[in-house]
Amino acid sequence: MAVHKILGIETEFGILHLNPGESNPVSASSLLINAYVNGRRSNRIGWDFEDEQPGVDARGFDVYGGMAPAVESHLVNAVLTNGARFYVDHAHPEMSSPECFDAREAVIYDKAAEVILATSMGDASRYLPPGEELVVHKNNSDGKGNSYGCHENYLVDRQVPFSRLATQIMPFFVSRQIFTGSGKVGTEAPDMDPAEVPFQITQRADFFEEEVGLETTLKRPIVNTRDEPHANSARYRRLHVIVGDATQAEVATYLKLGTTALVLAMIDDDFLHDVPVFEDPVRAMRDVSYDLTLARTHPMAGGGAMSALDVQWVYFEAAAKYGEQAGFEAVGGETVGRDVMARWEEVLDSLGRDPMELSDRLEWVAKLRLLEGFRSRHACDWDDPRVRALDLQYHDLRPGRNIHRRLGMERVTTDPEVEAAVTSPPPDTRAYFRGRCVEKYADRIVAANWDSMVFDVGGESLRRVPMLEPLRGTRAHVGTLLDECETAEELLRALGE
Amino acid sequence: MAEREQIRKPRRESRDEEVEETASASESGTELKAELDDLLDEIDEVLETNAEEFVRNYVQKGGE
Repeated sequence: MAVHKILGIETEFGILHLNPGESNPVSASSLLINAYVNGRRSNRIGWDFEDEQPGVDARGFDVYGGMAPAVESHLVNAVLTNGARFYVDHAHPEMSSPECFDAREAVIYDKAAEVILATSMGDASRYLPPGEELVVHKNNSDGKGNSYGCHENYLVDRQVPFSRLATQIMPFFVSRQIFTGSGKVGTEAPDMDPAEVPFQITQRADFFEEEVGLETTLKRPIVNTRDEPHANSARYRRLHVIVGDATQAEVATYLKLGTTALVLAMIDDDFLHDVPVFEDPVRAMRDVSYDLTLARTHPMAGGGAMSALDVQWVYFEAAAKYGEQAGFEAVGGETVGRDVMARWEEVLDSLGRDPMELSDRLEWVAKLRLLEGFRSRHACDWDDPRVRALDLQYHDLRPGRNIHRRLGMERVTTDPEVEAAVTSPPPDTRAYFRGRCVEKYADRIVAANWDSMVFDVGGESLRRVPMLEPLRGTRAHVGTLLDECETAEELLRALGE
Repeated sequence: MAEREQIRKPRRESRDEEVEETASASESGTELKAELDDLLDEIDEVLETNAEEFVRNYVQKGGE
């Protein structure tokens, strides 16, 4: 039985400081996050130990000697009441969503992150001199060869040999680009002639140089081997996926997460056999992204050639069989599983007929249609600065400037769900415990982490509550307890019993 | 004569159908175009005024 596909998204946002005196992206990102956190009392808990250095405090910090997170401690690093982590990473503001129970819930938290970033920009303006502004973009590249990521995380079974996991997921990652892409004008691959790639399907394909590896900032691999489960490491692995684009289009995000979770469930259960393997996956990553017709075929390892769409159909057919035999429990249940399957089929069908049918669902198609319309109206070429500006502005999260929202694309979430997710944690994962504790006992929490929380209730030593099982600490488990315990002391006493 | 008429009739019918289909396709095409036109009007209003400078200054650090 496959491990439940708990999942989440971490997004690094592009940031601009308009009309600054002195500024750099690190200080701008810090200001942005501090502005959001400072306005909200319950959000002041650090992920790091800025005020509580483990080495200099005498009160028995040995309890978490092994858990100090590897982060630069001077950077802003906050945990929110919805269970997310909001912090500065590599000169970008980054939001790591809470652990979600299924793909649809993860989309809700991804949209909630957009709301939080938009709110943060507004909050930041109160700390800035008139005329200055922080602007956040939800994209993955500046068009000049600098890329930043939108990573997905999925809980997988530790027992699965990593080599099988890598072999079976790689063709899926290469081919899923045809519906996960956010679209981009031009190419940033150093060996490509920009004239040959006026527009491509993804923001990220230009940046992958290896098949499998540990790196994320250079020599990026299609399958990332980071092994940091943030959970019981004897049972689980966390697959850290770095090949995706950050999308605002809900159907695209939903399909990306939902289909990947399904494929990983099949891999957990050793259900996939004879997966079609690309002869040169790194080459294929780019060739798939550069082919807007979706007709191009790619050489396969066993001989012959297949298009990305062909490869997707192979995975789809396998998933359909898997669903019939094993059900969809591992991806969150029948409702979400069947919905993902229906949409996956619909999208693959349309991509085979005419990708333009999907301009209300897929981001790269919507952007392409918009840019073609713009080019035709202004009789301009792909390398016109206005076309590039529009490509960038598509991702601007300021409500007045954002282009995506004007397109009225199909949604899978509702406004009230997204609004609730800005402050409330997912009820069915351990994020519930984290978020509720932050909301209720903020002044007693020293630090929070993915798999533990540290409380200071004034005793001899700090108290750590481990959270190694991502499906424990849910509303069903601890909802009543958290409702009843007025203080952190009461909570810890109850938990200790 | 009769034979010719028989042949011509279905042809005409099929041409009529084609015309109808084309009409409805172009109708929805026109709607889509109008909707895109409205959108492009909006975009012309909110798009960065100095596109060249905006694009040039849009520089991010690599991340991850």
